[in-house]
Amino acid sequence: MDVLLDNLDLYGPGFLDTVELFLLSGTGALVLGVVLAMLRVSPVPVLRAAGATYVTIVRNTPLTLVFFFFAFAFPLLGIVNTRDFGSYYFVAAVIALTLYTAAFVCEVMRAGINTVPVGQAEASRALGLTFGQMLGSVVLPQALRAVVPPMVSTLNALLKNTTIAAGFSVFQAGSISLNLAERGEDQLVGLAWVALFFVVLVIPMTLLQRSLEKRWSIAR
Amino acid sequence: MSSVLFDVPGPRARVRHRVYGVVGALAVVAVLAFVAYRFAVSGQFSGSKWTWIEYTKIQTDLLAALLNTLKAFGAGAVLALLFGAVFAMARLSDHAVIRVPATVVVEFFRAVPLVVLIFMFHYGLALGAPFFSVVLGLTLYNGAVLAEVFRAGVLSLPRGQSEAAYALGMAKSQVMRLVLLPQALRVMLPAIVSQLVVLLKDTALGFLITYEELLYYARYLGGDFQFGRPLVPITISVAALYIAMCLLLTWLATTLEKRNRRSRKVVAAPQDDPLPA
Repeated sequence: MDVLLDNLDLYGPGFLDTVELFLLSGTGALVLGVVLAMLRVSPVPVLRAAGATYVTIVRNTPLTLVFFFFAFAFPLLGIVNTRDFGSYYFVAAVIALTLYTAAFVCEVMRAGINTVPVGQAEASRALGLTFGQMLGSVVLPQALRAVVPPMVSTLNALLKNTTIAAGFSVFQAGSISLNLAERGEDQLVGLAWVALFFVVLVIPMTLLQRSLEKRWSIAR
Repeated sequence: MSSVLFDVPGPRARVRHRVYGVVGALAVVAVLAFVAYRFAVSGQFSGSKWTWIEYTKIQTDLLAALLNTLKAFGAGAVLALLFGAVFAMARLSDHAVIRVPATVVVEFFRAVPLVVLIFMFHYGLALGAPFFSVVLGLTLYNGAVLAEVFRAGVLSLPRGQSEAAYALGMAKSQVMRLVLLPQALRVMLPAIVSQLVVLLKDTALGFLITYEELLYYARYLGGDFQFGRPLVPITISVAALYIAMCLLLTWLATTLEKRNRRSRKVVAAPQDDPLPA
């Protein structure tokens, strides 16, 4: 307990930054992932191929490598002036997490779209809806209910993945212990508190997932 | 694609789709061209940044780093499968004394980020060689996930399987070991191999605690001034290696799944997406 209370100035901002990282990249990944999923089911072959290629490449690349690229290699390309960016590494972490997680969100969404009976799409076409209208008002709302459990798992993974930023100069929960070491605190105890923090965050998410799953499965 | 969401396009839709296709292709090409342009302008394509590839010493070192990655993967995979099987059995036990602690252990290791686990072993417990921390972390995290996969597989089997085994006079442990687990293993093969892909990707975390694997070596070589700090070329090469290895495993998974689908000995696998990362 002492380690936590004596170093609240580290733990507080660390946990807050983790939550901030999670919310920013989670929103980005959801938006990008849904766009990718729409590309992957679209009638235009080029767009389908582009979506599929992106997902295949990103899903088979370690997240650490994506971080690695944005932290070390990307600045060398001179697209952004990293010196002007006060918090370049934080932005880089958000971009890495967003790009990586979006591929998984896309796959989850696509699996969800596949669970919607084809008759739904056929019926909306019979009513004269366009492809966009059909996706937006008929298929995606139904798919959304089917994907809640795997989507929460994906977001859970994202939350845990934020800790990888510890290796790339972003201060968040994962890097607390590294800073504790400088103060001569016991790292095992320090990390145990970080682990507990994630258990406390992840388990309610899993419970929420189960209750949503139960409540929404009847509605269909 | 199992379902088709759109009609067979008519003449007007075909024209429209062609327009979208051209616009989409142009957008993709524009992005790629911009990337290539930035690479060219910042000199990433210049020969001097790629000369490292010609050195035998670097080739052997790169190979050694790749071997270290595979070593961590191999050890982690075997141990995680064992851990998963044991804890799946424990979670399905009739005795609360075994079931409850196993559930707590599995839920704990699934909830804690792998980075934090690895840091705990490396910095907290000071296990010595980073290899042990990496393998232990990979084992516990992926083992916990695999335990859930195995459990879902056992639960998806028809009740008649265990009933028939009991009717033959098998003991509880025999039913699990000889009848249920082998079938669960086959039913869940795609999910298991997908989790192994995750394990392979996660070996890259060893980089954070200076385990000398592929990414660590990439960092080392990428900072070399003799070759003009070839970080971008190195990153591309290493990414290609990782993607090739993972695709090989994924290909294995789909091949196995196809073979499974043909054999009538296996019941249909429940649609369960593997957990990412």
